[in-house]
Amino acid sequence: MAEKMTDTATPKPVPVTVLTGYLGAGKTTLLNRILSESHGKKYAVIVNEFGEIGIDNDLIVESDEEIYEMNNGCVCCTVRGDLIRVVEGLMRRPGRFDGIIVETTGLADPVPVAQTFFMDDDVRAKTELDAVVALVDAKHLPLRLKDSREAEDQIAFADVVVINKTDLVTPEELAIIEDVVRAINPTARVYKTSRSGVDLARVLDQGAFNLERALENDPHFLDQGHDDHVCGPDCDHDHGHDHHHHDHDHHAHDHDHDHHGHDHHHHHHGEMSPIHDVTVKSISLRGGEMNPERFFPWIQKITQTDGPSILRLKGIIAFKGDEERYVVQGVHMIVEGDHQRPWKDGEKRESRLVFIGRDLDVDKIEKSFRACEVAA
Amino acid sequence: MPTVAPLDLEGHVVAAHFLGDVPFFATAAGTIHRLDGGEKVTEAHQGLLTCIRDPFSATLLTGGEDGKVMRIGSNGEATLIAEAPRKWISVVAGGPQNAVAYAHGKSSFVKLNDGTLKEFPEERSVEGLAFASKGLRIAAARYNGVSLHWVGTNAPPVDLEWKGAHNAVTFSPDGRFLVTTMQENALHGWKLDGKPGENRHMRMTGYPAKVKSLSWSPKGKWLASSGAPAAIVWPFSAKDGPMGKAPQELGTRANIMVTSVAFHPAEEVLAIGFIDGMILGVRLADAKEALLRRPGKGGITGLSWSASGKLVAFSSDAGDCGVIDISA
Repeated sequence: MAEKMTDTATPKPVPVTVLTGYLGAGKTTLLNRILSESHGKKYAVIVNEFGEIGIDNDLIVESDEEIYEMNNGCVCCTVRGDLIRVVEGLMRRPGRFDGIIVETTGLADPVPVAQTFFMDDDVRAKTELDAVVALVDAKHLPLRLKDSREAEDQIAFADVVVINKTDLVTPEELAIIEDVVRAINPTARVYKTSRSGVDLARVLDQGAFNLERALENDPHFLDQGHDDHVCGPDCDHDHGHDHHHHDHDHHAHDHDHDHHGHDHHHHHHGEMSPIHDVTVKSISLRGGEMNPERFFPWIQKITQTDGPSILRLKGIIAFKGDEERYVVQGVHMIVEGDHQRPWKDGEKRESRLVFIGRDLDVDKIEKSFRACEVAA
Repeated sequence: MPTVAPLDLEGHVVAAHFLGDVPFFATAAGTIHRLDGGEKVTEAHQGLLTCIRDPFSATLLTGGEDGKVMRIGSNGEATLIAEAPRKWISVVAGGPQNAVAYAHGKSSFVKLNDGTLKEFPEERSVEGLAFASKGLRIAAARYNGVSLHWVGTNAPPVDLEWKGAHNAVTFSPDGRFLVTTMQENALHGWKLDGKPGENRHMRMTGYPAKVKSLSWSPKGKWLASSGAPAAIVWPFSAKDGPMGKAPQELGTRANIMVTSVAFHPAEEVLAIGFIDGMILGVRLADAKEALLRRPGKGGITGLSWSASGKLVAFSSDAGDCGVIDISA
């Protein structure tokens, strides 16, 4: 039991980025870039092992992953005990860094890491979870999904998914990988890159857990289309696509330059790829104006009873007679909500809610969500 | 009215202790400041995580982000006790015969006076350490309980189990009880001298915040704790400790949390430090309060009495430290 419906505003909390991904997905390369590139910011990095981080930096802290179940009868209320201790130590001298990055081990469940920043009062008072970033190895993802649940959990739980090592797969394979990622997590921002070369501005300082910023930064928040993704500067999603155009070019020289580099390969919009190993699913709910007296008890109950099955939930709610949009988000049994901004003139006052999880009862959730609507 | 001699230091100050009549202040940056005929500074660590007074000698023990365990003498001299490169040492304890315990990861270590280092591995990370008042025995707080090790033997530990994460551990002065602070806002206690089959557990709950500071009264009849907008003081004089008894609540203030508590060395008088920097002195017998310091810039992180009981040193998370003269 740990639901909280409170204002999370505290004076300038330090942002925390959680970096997940399987061994070999490119986390260390990305960390090295974050630590060495000149972006004007300093980061404290909490790692499980120094490993291959070749940078001498006294803000790299080695920490033994230590998962603590809270003694409150809730199996999904887990926190990372070691993080509580390290963050407490770091925050005593906050002037040393602008943000904290937590690198998890390949097999790690990202949930306890994220929950630490909600469930521990001291940590929560001084820091703010910024985003959960999952690195995915384009080449090995299909295999990972076959042999572990964690790989899927990491994607399902992420705010940002970086599909890395795109140079090691064909465009067709990459398109399938992207579809798989979107099938697992339709709300994440997805970037494609090689050699962990994603624009750091797409990874750091995202404000994904900040109810206000999540929507400001991403007008397509909760839109399930495939077209809202932004490629990094060195995104190579067109590379290699022009081979058949070259064939063509020999016969029609005039079209050569017009077609060069054009992407005629479609990303299977609207089609599902053959995905056999995905067990996470998402439920997108859309409704009209809600009755707060029904909605709040409902969301508390659903997160209490189905909390263990819910990885993430995000939503924008229109309450009857309320001039402001209400945004909610949750992790397992933790739910937070707050008013975001006034509804704009002409903006459709509808309520949208996305659940990502396992074994979710679509019918039950959909029906009970509908029951919270104000009768037309 | 008590007088306060302020000492303004840079940044978060972790602890304040007395060695004799000289107050010491340990900063998170790693410097140890002492007021000994003027302010004197020892560079002890690159980043200091913990500083305790060794209950068995007139020295301080510190652990840092630099992986070092240091002993600080009354003249400010720092001696390296042990080093674990790249590990953060956030827990240390002082024992008899100059033994020093420290922990990182899933092991406790005890450095003996002759230089011998003994390791006591646990299944989970060690969060807190304490030496028993008698015998060379350590308690290691960890997830789901506490392990008790006799340092001199290789016998398996005595495991005291209680579900949940235990963060800090302390023995009662008479050694009859062991108490931990938990990740949940609670204390847990074990009666160590119980008969077989007797209930040994003591649950002390109801705190609105995590308990971070504990202090035993001089004869061990009371255990004071932070974690509420009052000092919560549990009675331990009975055979079964606080079981079935309500604690005293001293220095109650509306919504202002107690962050640090320290008992007078001889009297049943408690110094209570608050998150707004205020410090109260409260007598247990009649709950009479005296204002020792008005609110300051930061929350109180450490409180200590001089051996004479006339001075109280305090540290704060904003650096505004000082010494209160009670006798003035």
